[in-house]
Amino acid sequence: MGRTWNNKAWFMVLPVLLLVAFSAIIPLMTVVNYSVQDTFGNNVFFWAGAEWFEEILHSDRFWEAMGRNLVFSAIILVIEIPLGIFIALNMPKKGWGVPVCLVLMALPLLIPWNVVGTIWQVFGRVDIGLLGYTLRALGFDYNYVNDPFDAWITVIVMDVWHWTSLVVLLCYAGLVSIPDAYYQAAKIDGASRWAIFRYIQLPKMNRVLLIAVLLRFMDSFMIYTEPFVVTGGGPGNTTTFLSIDLVKLAIGEFNLGEAAAMSIIYFLIVMLLSWVFYTVMTAYDAER
Amino acid sequence: MARIDCNHIRHAYGPHPKSDKDYALKEVHHAFEDGGAYALLGPSGCGKTTLLNIISGLLYPSHGELLFDGKDVTNLSTQERNIAQVFQFPVIYDTMTVYDNLAFPLRNRGVAEPDVDRKVRETLDMTGLADMAKRKARGLTADQKQKISLGRGLVRSDVNAILFDEPLTVIDPHMKWVLRSQLKQLHRRFGFTMVYVTHDQTEALTFAENVVVMYEGEIVQIGSPAELFERPKHTFVGYFIGSPGMNVMPVAVEGRSARLGSQTIELPGAPKAGITGAIELGIRPEYVRLGASGMPVSIRKVEDIGRHKVVRASFEGRDIAAIVGEDEDIPADPKIAFDPAGINIYADSWRVEMGG
Repeated sequence: MGRTWNNKAWFMVLPVLLLVAFSAIIPLMTVVNYSVQDTFGNNVFFWAGAEWFEEILHSDRFWEAMGRNLVFSAIILVIEIPLGIFIALNMPKKGWGVPVCLVLMALPLLIPWNVVGTIWQVFGRVDIGLLGYTLRALGFDYNYVNDPFDAWITVIVMDVWHWTSLVVLLCYAGLVSIPDAYYQAAKIDGASRWAIFRYIQLPKMNRVLLIAVLLRFMDSFMIYTEPFVVTGGGPGNTTTFLSIDLVKLAIGEFNLGEAAAMSIIYFLIVMLLSWVFYTVMTAYDAER
Repeated sequence: MARIDCNHIRHAYGPHPKSDKDYALKEVHHAFEDGGAYALLGPSGCGKTTLLNIISGLLYPSHGELLFDGKDVTNLSTQERNIAQVFQFPVIYDTMTVYDNLAFPLRNRGVAEPDVDRKVRETLDMTGLADMAKRKARGLTADQKQKISLGRGLVRSDVNAILFDEPLTVIDPHMKWVLRSQLKQLHRRFGFTMVYVTHDQTEALTFAENVVVMYEGEIVQIGSPAELFERPKHTFVGYFIGSPGMNVMPVAVEGRSARLGSQTIELPGAPKAGITGAIELGIRPEYVRLGASGMPVSIRKVEDIGRHKVVRASFEGRDIAAIVGEDEDIPADPKIAFDPAGINIYADSWRVEMGG
């Protein structure tokens, strides 16, 4: 009634809107566009409806890659989260050790993905790589190029080496925010090391752990560069994750419609699983 | 319960203390009697928390030894000393219920569950937390949380001593009174040895039979509230206790009289001969009589604080405070006299005995 509506204020958000549209919405809509059309070349497209989606959802190739991805993410979380917590618990809280540890922990995070891949690609080679050569010399039949199991081990160890630091740093941030009085009270109350972890440290790390799990899940579920550089998805298709498969489909086979449909399904799955993680962990948090 | 002896305890936080300045605790040599209620009173940074943490075993002193009932416990851990301590800010175990929080110290020590239940219920009643026993501790208010902390300190009945480190800082003023009198009651009922750290004189004087006043890492006086008031051993005690604090003025002493500017003040006795250093006369505002006879002053301000009035005046060029009754009039030509009973003489800030 007596209110003045100043709709000009909307112009203030216009630059951001344009930027987001240009960088996110339009590319995404292009993908949507491709996913519902087919072409025989010459830039002539025609309507294909949900065909591509049906094809993807009925393809064994997609579900196998998805399975590999889920197994990979599960292994990554099972290793990196406890290991990260364990390292964070054992990092010094004061003194000269703190900056040393923090820098050491931050180093792997500063290395570009493809460089990490290259490092491990060379490191694991049986002819010139330190790791591969040594394992061979010790009598292990290690070869990530031929053996699917060795390829998996290499990719997993590489990811653990690269990303556990992130979990460590997040947990460490949670740990150092606990006031000294808590530890003093625990001593007075006669709490065991385990009780201190269970009732003081873990509850205080709860929130950062949620972030760590989400980040590590999303990243590992979308992993591309490192396994691509190390194994190229092989041997065979054994380390072909969804993202690698997607690139093969889109660029290798130039199957734009199917790749677009797969992208959208992939995107929805990542969103859905992240939402599930978030909901479950926050609900658990609220209930306690 | 135990008697606690601090034998020549010194503590420095740095690794290589050289001078007195490097010590947070200069030298404490004092016994806390079995079943006594003590307050450690002093300003922030005077070393009172340090002393408390040394007693509880959260800190190990750089020098000296600590005895519980004559037994050397200097190198024992907190658990082995069997001490309860309550901290300034509430420490609660977020994920547990109120009940489990109180049961925690008992369960950690392997107490049988029926005994745990009995003790916890007693403590719940004592702290007034009984109706929220089943609630998670995290959703409570600050003073409810601090009650849980207090409860965890009180739940074990076999402790050698209960230490409080400014436990009522976060509590509402009216709750402070309630909790403090509950603590006093508990003390009377169970005869715990209690040491209570505070920087609040009211809290110290109402809680404890013996107040230990600390200043710059040293104990400057130990005494009952009355002793601290009547005979402060150090000018700091004079300033710190009382509101307003003691008036302290530099004087020259000759026999049984002290000279300040053009005025001569009669002393209750003659200080021992040969005192040296900076000589000061201390008198509490309660002993400064304002009337028509005596030494002339000029009044700067009168603060009416309800029960009485605080008169701020200028005496021989120095500030002086006097307390007069609520109904007394302020004379037009004000003069002051010092009640000899309230006069203390200090040499280099320490009190000098006066002979009769």
